[in-house]
Amino acid sequence: MTRAEINDLILEIIADIDEDAEFDDLDADKPLRDQLDLDSMDFLDIVMELRKRYQLQIPEEDYPELATLTSCVNYLEPKLKDK
Amino acid sequence: MSFTPLDQIKETYDVIVIGSGLGGLTCANRLASVGHSVLLLEHHFKLGGLATWFKRKSHIFDVSLHGFPYGMVKTCKKYWTREIRDSIVQLTDIVFDNPQFSLKTTFDKVDFTDKLVRDFAVARQVVDDFFATVNAMNFYDDDGMTTRQLFEKFFPGRTDVHRFLMEPITYANGSTFDEPAITYGIVFSNFMNRGVFTFKGGTDRLIGLMADELQRNGVTLCTRAKVDRVVVDNGRVVGVQVGEKLIKAPCVVSNSGITNTIYNLAGRQAFPEEFLDRIDKVKVNNSSCQVYFGIRPGETIPAIGDLLFTSTAEQFSSEEMLRMDTRSRTFSVYYPKTRPDEKEDYTVVASMNARFDDWAALSEDEYKQAKEEMVERCFVDLERYIPDIRDKCDWVEAATPRTFNRYTLHTKGSSFGTKFEGLDVSRKLFKALPGLFHVGSVGIIMSGWLGAINYGVIVANDADAYLRS
Repeated sequence: MTRAEINDLILEIIADIDEDAEFDDLDADKPLRDQLDLDSMDFLDIVMELRKRYQLQIPEEDYPELATLTSCVNYLEPKLKDK
Repeated sequence: MSFTPLDQIKETYDVIVIGSGLGGLTCANRLASVGHSVLLLEHHFKLGGLATWFKRKSHIFDVSLHGFPYGMVKTCKKYWTREIRDSIVQLTDIVFDNPQFSLKTTFDKVDFTDKLVRDFAVARQVVDDFFATVNAMNFYDDDGMTTRQLFEKFFPGRTDVHRFLMEPITYANGSTFDEPAITYGIVFSNFMNRGVFTFKGGTDRLIGLMADELQRNGVTLCTRAKVDRVVVDNGRVVGVQVGEKLIKAPCVVSNSGITNTIYNLAGRQAFPEEFLDRIDKVKVNNSSCQVYFGIRPGETIPAIGDLLFTSTAEQFSSEEMLRMDTRSRTFSVYYPKTRPDEKEDYTVVASMNARFDDWAALSEDEYKQAKEEMVERCFVDLERYIPDIRDKCDWVEAATPRTFNRYTLHTKGSSFGTKFEGLDVSRKLFKALPGLFHVGSVGIIMSGWLGAINYGVIVANDADAYLRS
């Protein structure tokens, strides 16, 4: 997957979790949690969805890597490059 | 509701969930929804664990539907169904009545701030700072501060303020001033977010809707099936034994109590020595007593509030609240609005904290007498709010820690799981014994209806990672 595809994937998963999420003013370098009213349970849902779709195992100590949209893409890019 | 009989279940599943409390049900539902084959085994004939109800005459009594935080709305939408979410409604009349103060509140941050500033004459800045502190607390950063220290820091010597902030939480999860402050802060902040909510249609409707959804997602539900032990081979879980029947699964999620799971289901020998040291330090939380009052059909009671925190004890004391003759109790009042589609019914449930050992030590005659005395104390207190309550009742019944022990099988009838150290043991169980997971009330934080459901999701994530590894 390309960086753009990973970006869209994350937004798609978040939209499934929270149908009211507004992405228009989203700053990719600021924490998703502050901008989209996401809590720690929502991040768990993202992790579980990525595992279901791509058999991707994200250990708990790596959860902080999912803080912003940019950090998500950076973290997932090498893991999803062949998917 | 029809479930699958034990003799019709398959030989092998991906996951077996033992117990059907809200944590077990949610974990089963999550694991099935991501594609695993799931069997849920429950020893009782009903699903729900402590989220339960019972019928007497024309009444339905709810055992643990006292009020949960607003977070249930989002949680039920994400992990259950829209229909379940849409049945969550607010309880607006929360009453405190004790020798230090009497007031009515919506039990949210705005109203609490207002009451603390106006009625308790605390400076607004202090209240704001207190709320900012508890809101920022996370379960993974325990700094060693106790709830007592937290209260003394912000409201030194103010036993009335301490009572206002603490009493409801002690009823909600059995915690004391000596618990880590984060356990208080997290639970209290959850409630303060928007207030107290309940489930329209009652516990029976909620559990019914959950069972429907579980079956839609392919979970095999089997009641009256008591698991005797978790079967371990070569240091890994391989299934469970139910009577003569061995059912295979590489992953078992126990929604039995954590101590029951370790000592009774898996057995001490299944765990490494260093983990046993930590297990043995886990303290189970206290139990409860309840008295159920049914109002005769055709009679009504006035709107005295939805949830009343009452006490005639001079000051708050979690020790006093555990005594058999405690003068502190909550009254949960269920008006016909609780079950709008059913025949009009009024019930009142008095709840008290209690120690299992006090009740377990009694002979049958002493036990019967102690229950009668407890019922009488509840009547006397309830008469302050409903003077003719004795004439209006057509059913009164008491439950004790022995009752909770009999129905949930929990060690010492614990109604709130374990103290804080139980959380770490519960979460790391599968590292000590691969394939065995625990879900259920632990660590004070993961208790109550919302805590149990959210913990079910957290454990489902761990179990899913294990199954796909």
